[in-house]
Amino acid sequence: MRPDPADAGAVTPVPTVLAEDGVLLREGLVGVLERFGFPVVAAVGDGEALVEAVAEHRPGLVVTDIRMPPDLTDEGLRAAVRLRRGDPGLAVVALSQYVELSYATDLLDSGNGRGVGYLLKQRVADVREFASVLRQVVDGGTVVDPEVVRQLLRRGADPLRRLTPREREVLGLMAEGHSNGAIARHLTVSDAAVGKHVGNILAKLDLPPDEGAHRRVRAVLAYLRGRGD
Amino acid sequence: MTTLDTASRRRGSLAQAMARPRFLLTVWPWRALLHSVTTVVVGIAVAVVALPLYLPWAMVLGTMASRPWDTVRIGEPALIGFLVGLVMIAVFSPLIALPLGALERRRLRIVFAGPVDSGHRSPPPGLWGWVRTRYTEGATWREAAYMCLLLPASGLVLLVLVALGGAGAVMALAPFLLYAEPDTAISLGAHAITAPEQAIPLALVSPVLLVLLLYTCGTLAQGHAVLARALLVGPPREELRAELTEVTESRARLVSAFEYERRRIERDLHDGAQQRLVALSVDLGLARLDLEKSSEADHRVAAAQAKANDLIDELRGLVRGIHPRLLTDRGLPAALAELADHARVPTRVDTEIPGRLPTHVEGTAYFVVAEALTNVHKHAEATAAAVRAHVAPDDGPVPDTLVVEVADDGVGGADPAGGSGLTGLRDRVAVMGGTMDLSSPVGGPTRIRVELPCGPIPPTPGL
Repeated sequence: MRPDPADAGAVTPVPTVLAEDGVLLREGLVGVLERFGFPVVAAVGDGEALVEAVAEHRPGLVVTDIRMPPDLTDEGLRAAVRLRRGDPGLAVVALSQYVELSYATDLLDSGNGRGVGYLLKQRVADVREFASVLRQVVDGGTVVDPEVVRQLLRRGADPLRRLTPREREVLGLMAEGHSNGAIARHLTVSDAAVGKHVGNILAKLDLPPDEGAHRRVRAVLAYLRGRGD
Repeated sequence: MTTLDTASRRRGSLAQAMARPRFLLTVWPWRALLHSVTTVVVGIAVAVVALPLYLPWAMVLGTMASRPWDTVRIGEPALIGFLVGLVMIAVFSPLIALPLGALERRRLRIVFAGPVDSGHRSPPPGLWGWVRTRYTEGATWREAAYMCLLLPASGLVLLVLVALGGAGAVMALAPFLLYAEPDTAISLGAHAITAPEQAIPLALVSPVLLVLLLYTCGTLAQGHAVLARALLVGPPREELRAELTEVTESRARLVSAFEYERRRIERDLHDGAQQRLVALSVDLGLARLDLEKSSEADHRVAAAQAKANDLIDELRGLVRGIHPRLLTDRGLPAALAELADHARVPTRVDTEIPGRLPTHVEGTAYFVVAEALTNVHKHAEATAAAVRAHVAPDDGPVPDTLVVEVADDGVGGADPAGGSGLTGLRDRVAVMGGTMDLSSPVGGPTRIRVELPCGPIPPTPGL
C-alpha cells in the first residue's frame, strides 16, 4: 500500500515489528502501519518469533497481540515485558481482544513506564487515532485504553478517592496520552484550568514537583499500581 | 439413600415412640401388635416347613433319649444320622431361608422405616450361576441363622400374647362369663370368683393388661427389628455402590467436558468471529482514508464501522459469559475484580488466595459470584455489594477450602425455591462437593456463603 502523503510524508518512518497470529487482522494492521509511516520490517505470529525479529531488526516500534500461540494465553505480553527489560527504551504497543488492569500494570512496570501502549484491538479501526497513539508511544508517551481507565475509576483505587470527579476525568484523559491542550479542548475548558487540575492531581498524589513530564506518567502509574496489589 | 434417611427421620422409630408418653395414642403400639401376631404366624409356618430338615437330628436325639443314659453310645448310626442332618440343613435351609428373608424384610417395614436392602448380589444368568452365588454369599447364611432364631423368638412372642392377651381377655369378659354360666368359677390363685359382681373389678383392671401387652409387644418388636436388621439387611448393594462410583466418575467427566467445551467455544470465537470483525472494522477504517471527509459515502462507512464495533463489544461481553479468558490467564482474584467492574451494582472485592486453585474450583467460584451479582442487580434493589474470597487451610489430609461470600445491602427475601438462579447455583456447588448457605431475611441483607473443597472432584457429593 502506498504511504499516505498527508499522514506519513512529514514524519520519519519508524521501522516496526508486528506480532499477530490472526492472518486477516495481520494484513489489516500491516496496511494501517505502512500507510502511516511505520514500515513493517517483520510480521510474525508468536512470542518467540517476536523476540527473534526484534533482535534481528532493532525496530523503533513493536506492535504485538497479547494472546498468541502456542499457549494462547499472554505470550505477547510476556515477550513484550522481556523485550523492554532488555531495552527499556523500546516502544511497545500491546493489543488485545479485551483489556485488563493487571496486564496494563505488568506492561507499565516494564522499563520505566514510558513508551508503552495498551489498547483494545478494535481501536485500530479508528486508523488516524491509532496512528497518532503509535506516534505518541514512539515519542515516549504512555497510552492505556479508555476501557482500562474506566476499570481503574470503577475500582476506586484509594488515592483516587482524594480526587474530585473533574480531576478524575482529567487523569483519565492523561492516561490516554492526551496533552494539556488536547484535554482542554476535550473538556471545553481553558488550558490554564487543565493546568490547575493537573497540578492538583500531582499534588494529591504526593509526586515531587521537580520531574517535569515524567510526573504525568508517574501519576498514571501510581493509579495503576495503587489499586491495592 | 438420603431420601430414605429423611423418611425415617420424619416417621420416627418405634423405640423413639415408646420413649414418649403419647406412645399409646400413636399408631405404633398397633403396628407392634401386628408385627408380633404375624411373627407367631410366620414362626409356626417356618416350623412346619423346616421340620423335615431337622428330622434326622431329631431321630438321633430321640433314639438316644429313649435308652437309659449309661448305655448311650455314639455309634455309626448316630454319626450317620448327624451327618445326613447336617447335609440336609446345608442344602435345603437356604431354599427356605431365602424366601423367608424376603418376607421378613417386608414385615420389618411394619416397625422400621429405614432402608431394607437385602445385601444379596445379582447372580449371573442360569440355574448354576444362581446356586453358586446364593450358596456362597454371607447374606444367605445370615438369613439361615435368622430362620433358626425365629423359631424360639416366635415361641416367646406366642407365650406373651397368650399369657397377657389371654388373661386380659378373660378378665375383661369375666362378668359376662359368670353371668352366662353361673356354675363356673374363675380362680385367681387361691381365691375363686363365682359371682358376676365380684368379677367387675377384674374387668375394670383388664385395660392395664392391655397397656402392658402393647408395651411388651413394642419391646419385643423393637428387639426383633434390631435382630432382623442385623441379619437380613445388608449394606447398600454392590451394584448400587458400583453405580454410585460410576455416576460420580461420569459426573466429574461431564463437568470437565463442560468446562472444556466452554473453553473451546471461547477460543473459536476469539480466533474466528472476533478477529474477523476487528479485521473488517480495520478495513472499513482504511477505506475511510480514501473517502472525502464528511461525504455521504464516508458517513455510510463510518456507520458500518460503528455497527461492527458494537458487535465486537457485544461479542466480548458474550465471551466473558461463556468462559472468562482472564480466569484462565490470571486466576480468580483478577477475574472476580473484572466481574465486579462489569456489575451494575457497585461492588467491592476482597480476595486472599495464594497461588492458583484447581480449574474446576476457580470456574465454580467464578460462576457463583457472577450469578450472585446478577441476582443482586435483578432482585435485591441494593446500592452496594461485596465479594470476599479466601482460602481456609485445613489440617490433616483434608484439602484446603475456598470460601466465597457475596453480600449486598438490598431488600433480602431471596428464596431458593423461587425460581431464581439459586437452585442452579446450589447444584453447581454440590457437584463439586461444596456447600452453599443463603441468609436473606425479608428486609435484607442477603448473604451467600459458598465453601468449595480444593481437592479433586469428590466421590461422595452432597447431592
